[in-house]
Amino acid sequence: MIDWFHPSIFFIFGAVLIPFLRGKVQQVYITTIPVLAILTVASMSQGTYWTCSFLGNSLVFGAADKLSIVFGWVFTIMSLIGIVYALHVKDSGQHTAAFLYIGGSLGVTFAGDYFTLFVFWELMAFASAYLVFAKREKKAMEAGYRYILVHIFGGVCLLGGIILHYVSTGSIAFGPIAHDGSLSFYLILIGFIVNAAVPPLHAWLTDAYPEGTVTGSVFMASFTTKTAVYVLVRAFPGTELLVWMGTIMALYGVVYAVLENDCRRLLAYHIISQVGYMVAGVGIGTDMSLNGSVSHAFAHILYKGLLFMGAGAVIQMTGKRKLTELGGLYKTMPITLVLYMIGGFAISAFPLFSGFVTKSMVVSGAAHDHRPAIALLLTMASAGTFLHTGLKLPYYMFFGKDSGLRAQEPPINMLIAMGMAAFMCIAIGVFPGELYKLLPYAVHFDPYTGDHVTSALGILLFTGLGFFMLLKKLDPEPTISADTDWVYRKGSRLFMWFVNKPLAAYENYLGNIYNTWFIKYTLKVSSFLARIFDVRLIDGCVNGVANFVMNLSETIRVSQSGLVRNYAFTMLLGSVVILAYYLFTY
Amino acid sequence: MIKRVVNYIGNPDNASTLKKIGYVSLVAVFISDFFVHRGHAIYIWDKIPGWGAFYGFISCVIIILVSKFIGHQGGIMKSEDYYDD
Repeated sequence: MIDWFHPSIFFIFGAVLIPFLRGKVQQVYITTIPVLAILTVASMSQGTYWTCSFLGNSLVFGAADKLSIVFGWVFTIMSLIGIVYALHVKDSGQHTAAFLYIGGSLGVTFAGDYFTLFVFWELMAFASAYLVFAKREKKAMEAGYRYILVHIFGGVCLLGGIILHYVSTGSIAFGPIAHDGSLSFYLILIGFIVNAAVPPLHAWLTDAYPEGTVTGSVFMASFTTKTAVYVLVRAFPGTELLVWMGTIMALYGVVYAVLENDCRRLLAYHIISQVGYMVAGVGIGTDMSLNGSVSHAFAHILYKGLLFMGAGAVIQMTGKRKLTELGGLYKTMPITLVLYMIGGFAISAFPLFSGFVTKSMVVSGAAHDHRPAIALLLTMASAGTFLHTGLKLPYYMFFGKDSGLRAQEPPINMLIAMGMAAFMCIAIGVFPGELYKLLPYAVHFDPYTGDHVTSALGILLFTGLGFFMLLKKLDPEPTISADTDWVYRKGSRLFMWFVNKPLAAYENYLGNIYNTWFIKYTLKVSSFLARIFDVRLIDGCVNGVANFVMNLSETIRVSQSGLVRNYAFTMLLGSVVILAYYLFTY
Repeated sequence: MIKRVVNYIGNPDNASTLKKIGYVSLVAVFISDFFVHRGHAIYIWDKIPGWGAFYGFISCVIIILVSKFIGHQGGIMKSEDYYDD
């Protein structure tokens, strides 16, 4: 009897077979694996499993407690939804990459030591990059390379931090890190917050996610940042720095979402905004706020997956991605619209939708921890969330001015996947107790109190009023927004200019000095040496030997007459000489 | 069913009816906030009836105006070929 089984095994080893399967067989195969993984998590017991010894340290692949199991739940559920959404895709490479990516995040979730965590962490980065490359367009290629470079930077920071942590503590066990302000503390934190997309280290997300394939971006929106939230909850609870970073994130994403014209980039900015709540919750560090972060991550994965699926369906069916080019799709894509709106209501935290029962936990966590400014700013950000995801995006995509596009509903598998996510968004909102039971800490929290419901509805509906009053101001503009990726997109040009202009001139100057002084004198010395040493000594020796050989051969040439009698005479004479020598000596 | 509801909402002819429904729900939400029990209030504003409506509206306006100001005046919004050279 196997007492514990790692769900990553299904995905990582299961990925190997995908390229060899075709058509229906492949579809059945890739749907079965997430189901098996969900069943594995459902039957999972807490404890420490699958440990092995490596270079004197113990590697733990199966550290299962309530925190890791709740993330295991949502990652496996989302993997099933994402795979169903991608069933029509014929590109086996994308399925394989998605499987490795999911396997990586589940590996991180159950890693009990930093070494195991790091290996799965890097697997995630490389597998997910393929989901951007798989679009096979120039822009996607470029964004994919930038994505992978930023993640390599984050990975190097993390590895450096892990090594320093190991050197100073002698342990690689993955758990809360002492807030000692040491270099290892900050390096590990940087490694984690790169993946959590905390500004200013967030630009990889909004750069790459809108460039990924329609189905690939659904996975990306679900796994990388939430895995980062998981590791932050585990290693950095109560880190004061994260409170403000998270709050700034929540508003940062909202501000950029106002300016954004690309529908998936707008949603990507709202990932940053929503992850901001989770990061702030980790920073506050009370049981309630940590529960809030975890439950919000759970709900977020499902509704953000749903929103990306909805926007992806529109992109797939119309071939357009800019709000300025979309509009009036409600007539031909009503089901997509309704499913998208369920995600929109969930992220906006409408009562009876999932965001309501999770986001409010983080905000209450801030309020109970006597942080009024944080609570107010997070509430303001939630108004912005409804403004964009629930109003602006659907308004300009499905209603607004008619773009003349008459796109049909997406393939049935995409609608089913969206339906599954929509079902989860409502189920969590209606039965929050089921989710709360899974949370790591025992805290009583009731989201459905009268004042909470009316005040939440007040915030949302009056945000709607503001939206319609300022509708003209919100018309999308055909622009892109400069963000911190400017540093390496335009900044790299500055670097190239520096290389081409000042640095090249300096190099030229050095080259001239070298030519004038060094080469000239070297040539002089060498020509002097050539005349004395080379001509006289070396050539003299060689010529002398050659002359000697020539003279010698001239002399002995006489004996080479070619006549047998001369040779016979010489041999006879020689024999006489040798005989005489022997006779006279003995 | 879904199609009919969506088409009803999308049809410009029904805009005035929808507007009325919108206003009625705004008023209903605002008024209902006066009649709920405020046992969980922590801060002073939590005790003010209608605070949510007020704060939501103000937040929305601030977010739109401030973001657009930063975007246009702060040089964040660039032409679409900004990175293409």
